[in-house]
Amino acid sequence: MSVNILLFKIALLVYLVATGLYLFDVLLRRERIGRIARWVLVGGFVVHCLALALRWFDAGQTPVSSPHEALSFFAWAIVGCYLLFDLRYRLAIIGAFVCPVAVVLMIVSSAMPKQLREPNPLLDSWWFPVHVSLAFAGYAIFALACVAGIMYLLQERMLKGKHFTGLYFRLPSLDILDNINARCLSFGFPLMTMGIISGAVWANAAWGDYWRWDPKETWALLTWFLYAALLHGRLTIGWRGRRAAIFAIIGFCCLLISFFVVNAMTDTEHSFRALQGVPMVTPR
Amino acid sequence: MNILVVGLSHKTAPVDIRERVAFAPTAMEAPLKQVVGLPAVAEAVIVSTCNRVEIYACSRDPEAACSQLRHFLAEYHNIPADELNPHLYEHCGGEAIHHVFRVASSLDSMVIGEPQILGQIKTAYGYASEFKTVGLILNRFLHKAFSVAKRVRTETEIASNAVSVSFAAVELARKIFGTLTDKTVMLIGAGEMCELAARHFVNNGISQVLVTNRTFERAEKLAAEFGGRAVLFNDYVEHLHQADIVLTSTGAPGFILDRQQLEGVIKRRKNRPMFLIDIAVPRDIDPRANDIDNIYLYDVDDLQEVVQANLKERHKEAKKAEAIVLTEVDQFHQWLGNLDVVPTIVALRKKFEDIRQEELQKTLSRFSSLGDKERKSIEAMTAAIINKALHQPISLLKQCKDDSGSCDGYVDAVRALFGLVPPEPDAGDTPADDGLNELPIKE
Repeated sequence: MSVNILLFKIALLVYLVATGLYLFDVLLRRERIGRIARWVLVGGFVVHCLALALRWFDAGQTPVSSPHEALSFFAWAIVGCYLLFDLRYRLAIIGAFVCPVAVVLMIVSSAMPKQLREPNPLLDSWWFPVHVSLAFAGYAIFALACVAGIMYLLQERMLKGKHFTGLYFRLPSLDILDNINARCLSFGFPLMTMGIISGAVWANAAWGDYWRWDPKETWALLTWFLYAALLHGRLTIGWRGRRAAIFAIIGFCCLLISFFVVNAMTDTEHSFRALQGVPMVTPR
Repeated sequence: MNILVVGLSHKTAPVDIRERVAFAPTAMEAPLKQVVGLPAVAEAVIVSTCNRVEIYACSRDPEAACSQLRHFLAEYHNIPADELNPHLYEHCGGEAIHHVFRVASSLDSMVIGEPQILGQIKTAYGYASEFKTVGLILNRFLHKAFSVAKRVRTETEIASNAVSVSFAAVELARKIFGTLTDKTVMLIGAGEMCELAARHFVNNGISQVLVTNRTFERAEKLAAEFGGRAVLFNDYVEHLHQADIVLTSTGAPGFILDRQQLEGVIKRRKNRPMFLIDIAVPRDIDPRANDIDNIYLYDVDDLQEVVQANLKERHKEAKKAEAIVLTEVDQFHQWLGNLDVVPTIVALRKKFEDIRQEELQKTLSRFSSLGDKERKSIEAMTAAIINKALHQPISLLKQCKDDSGSCDGYVDAVRALFGLVPPEPDAGDTPADDGLNELPIKE
């Protein structure tokens, strides 16, 4: 096993521990454990950073071209964004919702073939890291918006239905959750837009075409319109709360579809089959 | 030395007994002095609130002390002992410590987590130390109880959820709006509860108050009270969109706000959420308004429901608190045990050493021909005998001291077997005998 895989597995393990601690905090109301969980998560994130850096070095290109790499990168981006948001909001309960998402992505990622491939000459461009970093940063922020949306719907349901479970006391106020939605949108939407534009510019440089209507591009555009509608609604006609939460959840589902279905199952420029070159002869 | 509690509370006695046993806070000196005058009682504190009357005491002979305290309570309040006794409980040793820590942490209160009890115990302790009826042990004990209560308060959320309807409304508003500082509250009608809730909102940072009432003067008066603005009842709906929180309590026979009106208001507010609290019976607002997005409508029953949920939450937090109390009880019990163990070991050693010295003197004075070397080896031998003989009992005492808890049995046995004199409690803290010794020691 190469070192980057070892580090990846350690990161997965640490994320699992952090998730357990967060859930322990929320379910058994031990606030101190939530604080410990944050530091565990930071530790896991650092290990994950190292794993990705090594993978990058070993692969000779940005490590997002196989399902294993892309999922791991996705989980890394989500944890990173969460930690940034945590600086502002300091809410362990969000961690209890976000961490499981990252862990699931990591587990799926670890089940995928991890073999290194020959660098794909097509991806040997500075546009590649720029394009995927912007896109994944947007994905991660929208993942947070989705999680905040789920929390909003849960809390709203309890407040409307006047039926209170223990979760009611642990979830933050509707205002904060809606605020997270707005903030995610205002960061995520520009990132996604730039991700799409950078892809178009790169496509033009590589193939002489800005837009080729490959399924990934179509889905991305559709999702972009969805978020654009939400942003517009928020800014002009006072969409908020429940509607914004539902939009954030649907938007993220679209992202997941474009990520899993389009990349994994179709045969286009964005599919993993096209991204990956031939396997390297000696993985070490 | 043992700590003990004799008393009654809302759990064991109805109010007509509790009110007869209560001590007047203005006249605590006489009863306190009488209690420490009891032959078996060394130190005492009397806690008297509307829900409980308890005497905390420490004594060498807890059984006698308990019966003397029962007797005292009956005699002092002129209640036949037969009538009072079934309502009294008594705890001794670890149980007593546990009980007092729980009471101070408000785990034994009628409304769990209510904050008054701690202050009441502090006041009771204040009287006791003013009249010098507490010494080393109860001083330490009550300070420990206060710190346990503080720990419970800071480490659990036992007191954090409102158990009154009007305060529950404030907390709900926080769950909806986050902060209340830039919010506006509107009062429609002026019921007493409405006013109380409005006061809570103002105390929690609401920035603006609007008041409307059928009689405008009443509205103006109330508005002045809250530093707010009065609005004519005829066109208050026109101002409704400014209010984030609306409290209604008019005497109107039907709904004064229907769903359609509120749909218009929420549109005008650009969907900013609204929290409507309908305290009126019959209700003022059409309950179907709750179906509108971003409107949260609560009536009196809903608020009661919140209070119930809060109480349930407090009970869950109480479990955490009980665990804290238990560890603290262990610690204190250990301290109390050590208080007796160490002097007993010292006394035991001294007793044997005295015997040894006495016998050595006798023997050595008869054999004047012995040389220094022989004398020394006889001394060493006798010392060794004592050390070996005492090794087992002393290590047993030390061991049970480290294990915490129940070394009282051993300590008492060792003292009885070897006739050791118990260390006197601080003589200065025991007030002069004021003629109460006619009370029987044992019934």
